[in-house]
Amino acid sequence: MSVPTQVVEDVVIKFAGDSGDGMQLTGTQFTNNTALIGNDLSTFPDYPAEIRAPLGTVAGVSGFQVHFSSQRVYTPGDSCDVLVAMNAAALKVNIKTTKKGGIIILNLDGFDSKNLRLAGYADGVNPLNDDSLQGFEVYKIDVTKLTREALTDISGLGVKEKDRAKNMFVLGFIYWLYNRDLQTTIAFLEDKFGKKPDIFNSNVLALKAGYNYGDTIEAFTTRYKVEKAKLPSGKYRSITGNTAVAYGLLAASEQSGLPLFLGTYPITPATDILHDLSKFKNFGVKTFQAEDEIAGITSAIGASYGGSLGITTTSGPGMALKGEAMGLAVILEIPLVIINIQRGGPSTGLPTKTEQSDLFQAYYGRNGECPMPIVSASTPSDCFDAVFEAVRIAVQHMTPVIFLSDGYIANGAEPWKFPQTKDLKKIEVSFKKELAEGETKLRPYKRDEKGVRPWIVPGTAGLEHRIGGLEKEDETGNVSYDSENHQIMVKNREAKVNNIADYIPLQTLDSGPEQGDVLVLGWGSTYGAIKSAVAELQGKGKSVAHAHLRYVRPFPKNLGEMMKNYKQVLIPEINNGQLIKIIKAEYLVNAKGYNKIKGTPISRAELVGAIEELF
Amino acid sequence: MTATAEMTAPVLTAKDFANEQEVRWCPGCGDYSILKQVQTILPQIGIARENIVVVSGIGCSSRFPYYMNTYGMHSIHGRATAIASGLKAARPELSVWIVSGDGDSLSIGGNHTIHLLRRNFNVNLLLFNNQIYGLTKGQYSPTSEENKVTKSSPAGSLDHPFNPAALALGADATFIARSMDRDPKHLQQMLLRANAHHGASFLEIYQNCNIFNDGAFEIFTEKSSKAEEALFLEQGQPLIFGANKDKGIRLNGHKPEIVKLGEGFNADDLWIHDEKDFFKAQILVRLFDNPHSAEHFPRPFGVFFETQRASYEDAMAMQIDEFTAKKGKGNLDKLLQGNETWEID
Repeated sequence: MSVPTQVVEDVVIKFAGDSGDGMQLTGTQFTNNTALIGNDLSTFPDYPAEIRAPLGTVAGVSGFQVHFSSQRVYTPGDSCDVLVAMNAAALKVNIKTTKKGGIIILNLDGFDSKNLRLAGYADGVNPLNDDSLQGFEVYKIDVTKLTREALTDISGLGVKEKDRAKNMFVLGFIYWLYNRDLQTTIAFLEDKFGKKPDIFNSNVLALKAGYNYGDTIEAFTTRYKVEKAKLPSGKYRSITGNTAVAYGLLAASEQSGLPLFLGTYPITPATDILHDLSKFKNFGVKTFQAEDEIAGITSAIGASYGGSLGITTTSGPGMALKGEAMGLAVILEIPLVIINIQRGGPSTGLPTKTEQSDLFQAYYGRNGECPMPIVSASTPSDCFDAVFEAVRIAVQHMTPVIFLSDGYIANGAEPWKFPQTKDLKKIEVSFKKELAEGETKLRPYKRDEKGVRPWIVPGTAGLEHRIGGLEKEDETGNVSYDSENHQIMVKNREAKVNNIADYIPLQTLDSGPEQGDVLVLGWGSTYGAIKSAVAELQGKGKSVAHAHLRYVRPFPKNLGEMMKNYKQVLIPEINNGQLIKIIKAEYLVNAKGYNKIKGTPISRAELVGAIEELF
Repeated sequence: MTATAEMTAPVLTAKDFANEQEVRWCPGCGDYSILKQVQTILPQIGIARENIVVVSGIGCSSRFPYYMNTYGMHSIHGRATAIASGLKAARPELSVWIVSGDGDSLSIGGNHTIHLLRRNFNVNLLLFNNQIYGLTKGQYSPTSEENKVTKSSPAGSLDHPFNPAALALGADATFIARSMDRDPKHLQQMLLRANAHHGASFLEIYQNCNIFNDGAFEIFTEKSSKAEEALFLEQGQPLIFGANKDKGIRLNGHKPEIVKLGEGFNADDLWIHDEKDFFKAQILVRLFDNPHSAEHFPRPFGVFFETQRASYEDAMAMQIDEFTAKKGKGNLDKLLQGNETWEID
């Protein structure tokens, strides 16, 4: 029997289940497969902070949303066309973001009385039997039973182990539904489980069983296909934000000739950068899992002092701990990149949820007058270019730089037209090796025309000198408590950071008219939502433009002028209004905010509403 | 396997390691002697000035790098050990000296200290122990004796003090020694030994703070009591002390006891010091009695323990070499491309 295939343009699928159900792996596999057929895509993994949250409960639901299309994609999608729910809790959590008329695929076994009770359904209520799923195309599949049947010939595994292949059955079925090839996932399984034949075989059998199930049951009357997207021509791969950060750092290390040293302490959602960089030993990368956040940054300061590219990675609570050491790097005036993959706060807050609430911390979160440049990334692949820039600024301006990403783009994936090494810019760095002509005595804090002091590393004969956290005398760097001198040094350090504005590009518009009614100004991970919301309104003839900041401190020199060209400025942020306060203070602009602090990205639809209200 | 730079340096003297900075410790501070001994031994270790880095934290002792004509960093409170770890990992060939105090290394920076020791970076940690917070003008420190009356403990401190040598041994330090500011010769010997050891060398130096804790170690350092109260350890030699060299320590099973020589015991019956013996070292570091109590052991000075274990930075370099030999030198283009790509026309 052959089922007809319908070509569709744009699909959002959400895989949802218990945090032990393997939904992240299922989603990642589907994403890789989607990338390889050339769709544009964006993903949103969303999981609990606990490794194995209470089974069957709403709190334990782990989800992976993937949006793929033959058109350009900028967000993981506000709501899904297809929901795969492995249990009652997964359905309960996600039904409100499933489109009416959408497909819901349910694992029957996850809707027994125990699961219904754990999910918090009232006694006797079962969404499978009442009318709550009316208006959806619902398919109930006994995944557990079918998976077990498919694996009857595997004698080396118990029932519990066999049940772990359930997610592969579901993946196989979705592959069938979207006309996919199983080979990428089989190759992945071989790589992962090749040495454990029973586990490998059970996963492959379940995957194929799921695929064949689609072929044999007659419930589905249509299969779907999404054509290749019309992306700019070139070679692509799929990349997550954290991997892009790791690659960007490595590229910056190669392009600057500085050996890479990462001093860090594991923290969600930044740890994957350590995982990635620790694999790159054959690039000479040194990764140091320190005893705490403070040792993470201070070891990186030690490495930078020695002439390496010192990096530390963390998230909000770790940033708080690193504050004093950042101040040291500021007063020493040595390069360092501090990477903050933001999450919900304060304190431990929402470790696995996204937020942009550390901007104030980055701007102001240290003692004393302590300015530091801030660079932010707007999409997963943009992390590569943005962190490369953060390194360039750090080593060319002798300053610690804060790089801001967040959990949403750190874990999210998108296609990336990756660069060739030959197309990457060189990062020019020079160490001072000797006294210049006419220079009789070393002045380690004597500045060049950019206001930058020389980088002098231990081992350089004749230039021995001492640096430290005490205020230093202008130029000589000797300890000084002189009041006039302190003011000069505070101003020098500030000017050095402000001067960076001369060495970064002017702000450009992402889209829209150069003058008009509304400018939507964003930074960081709100890029996709703003871009698609603005595009929708432009399509309706609204005079609305979008500018997105990469350089948050100092701001591009033309930003103030740019904002004057619009009647209104809207600043959407996943926080309680931080950039907006800085912008208002700096430019006295009467900007309006759109703020969401729910641990989730801003959706396109809600942003469209917020912008429309301005008209 | 030695990673420290061995350059042919011109013959230097102690003066070459001093600079024009005015030394600003209080007159009479024990730090002066320690600075002098360090400047005295550095010309002997054959390392060029530019390859020596002194890293310090915060506290009186931590001003040390400013007075040295080498590379140096006066950093933040408690973190010198962590900064030195990163520096040494990045630049194994440098000779790195950490100067720290009892507050810096054992209180605010206690965590980094134990981790530095277990990782065994090849650095020298000089812990100036004066049993008081000097720079903040006199509060009890983590090595102050119990019941210490200070500005922050007018009714006496409640804290039980750290035994730094025992702490270091507990952290699996590979070199543990103790010396004092008032015995320049011994201090020089210990500095040279610390430098010669490949691995983290933990050298506790009793240092008198004549302003806020004067005489804390007098009983060990003054001529009148030193011979009775200080026990100088020498490799392969019996543990003998006393003004007349007539007292010794023997091991009765696992229990150390003081015996009088000539009264039924002679030198052959005594505990022979073996700094390679980890189990004896466990007992030795515990000879830490209050010297003012009625019955007590003398306080040992010298090398308690030394063993060899790969240093962190050597292991790190070796791992990189092995990994590179196995996988081949990394290729950025291959990495950026990854395993799965597709073309858009």
